[in-house]
Amino acid sequence: MSAMKNGAGKLRRTRLTFRRTIWLQLPLVVWLVVLWVLLWEAVTPITLASGLLIAVLITRFLYLPPVELGGRFNLIWFLAFTVKFVALVVAASVQVTWMILRPKGVPTSSIGAVQLRTRSDLMITLVAQVTSLIPGSVVVEVNRHQSVLYLHVLGATSDADLKRAREQVLRNEERLVRALGSLRDIDAINRHRREQGKRAIAAGAFSYFLRRQNER
Amino acid sequence: MNWPVVLDWVSGFLLIIGAFFSFAAGLGLLRFPDLLSRLHSASKPQVLGLASVLLAVVLQYPTWGIITSAVLVMLFQMMTIPASTHMVGRAAYRTKHLKRSALYKDELAEVIEKADRTRSEDPGSGGNG
Repeated sequence: MSAMKNGAGKLRRTRLTFRRTIWLQLPLVVWLVVLWVLLWEAVTPITLASGLLIAVLITRFLYLPPVELGGRFNLIWFLAFTVKFVALVVAASVQVTWMILRPKGVPTSSIGAVQLRTRSDLMITLVAQVTSLIPGSVVVEVNRHQSVLYLHVLGATSDADLKRAREQVLRNEERLVRALGSLRDIDAINRHRREQGKRAIAAGAFSYFLRRQNER
Repeated sequence: MNWPVVLDWVSGFLLIIGAFFSFAAGLGLLRFPDLLSRLHSASKPQVLGLASVLLAVVLQYPTWGIITSAVLVMLFQMMTIPASTHMVGRAAYRTKHLKRSALYKDELAEVIEKADRTRSEDPGSGGNG
């Protein structure tokens, strides 16, 4: 993406970042091959080779700016997040079903703004995705530059309801950052936590750094 | 009771649960007052409904092919539902397909109002906000 911003030095930059581009596209290619093999339901040389061919063709000809991954992955926090997420999805389904079936229905809801603490595209996307699947909230608008999410909160008829929805989003943001946020994301969370007088979170044991964290 | 019978009962129970949640999702589309609330109904109970049906299928045919397909179906549900609800919700809000009376508070409207005010005071700042 940075190669696209500089108009003048574009050619030089593109050549310089060629290896980096391959590195950035690699996760996507691997994922596409895995997807292809899963769809064929068989791991054979032919499915692997055709999958690799198609993945390379897709990434060459249907080019999109690569997703900048955080470069950090924490297995323990990721598992914790997954368990919590499944529980929240079940709770969301039950809660919405109850609101559908209860006699008074849902007369009023609210639209609330949530200021996220992290700024990376990946984190905003993931938090928005998770927020749409957990109880009470659907994302109706995203302000990418200021990382603000606007949620429609089902059945929120008081400021306390809105506050609860907001805090839930921020808790999920924190869980996601612990699982796969970059060190910069962790810094952003910690700055906020210190203001509130809470203990800072650390990158933690079982963190795997897939890329050198040079952005700090 | 032998094992296949237990499996059949569990699968049957899961199918009923799945059907129930999918039915609730449909009912929500009818009962909720405006488009934004209906998005909740379209995006949540049906996820659990589909998950239970898929789990029942996996229990009946526990082969790798079926399991990976079920995982993929669930994964793409989780990835596409938020995106589609977001697009519909955003379009609905911008085209004013929402009931103001069904909202207790709207912080997005406050922001848009403020942006409109600053734009009318300072016409030089450009159009798309």
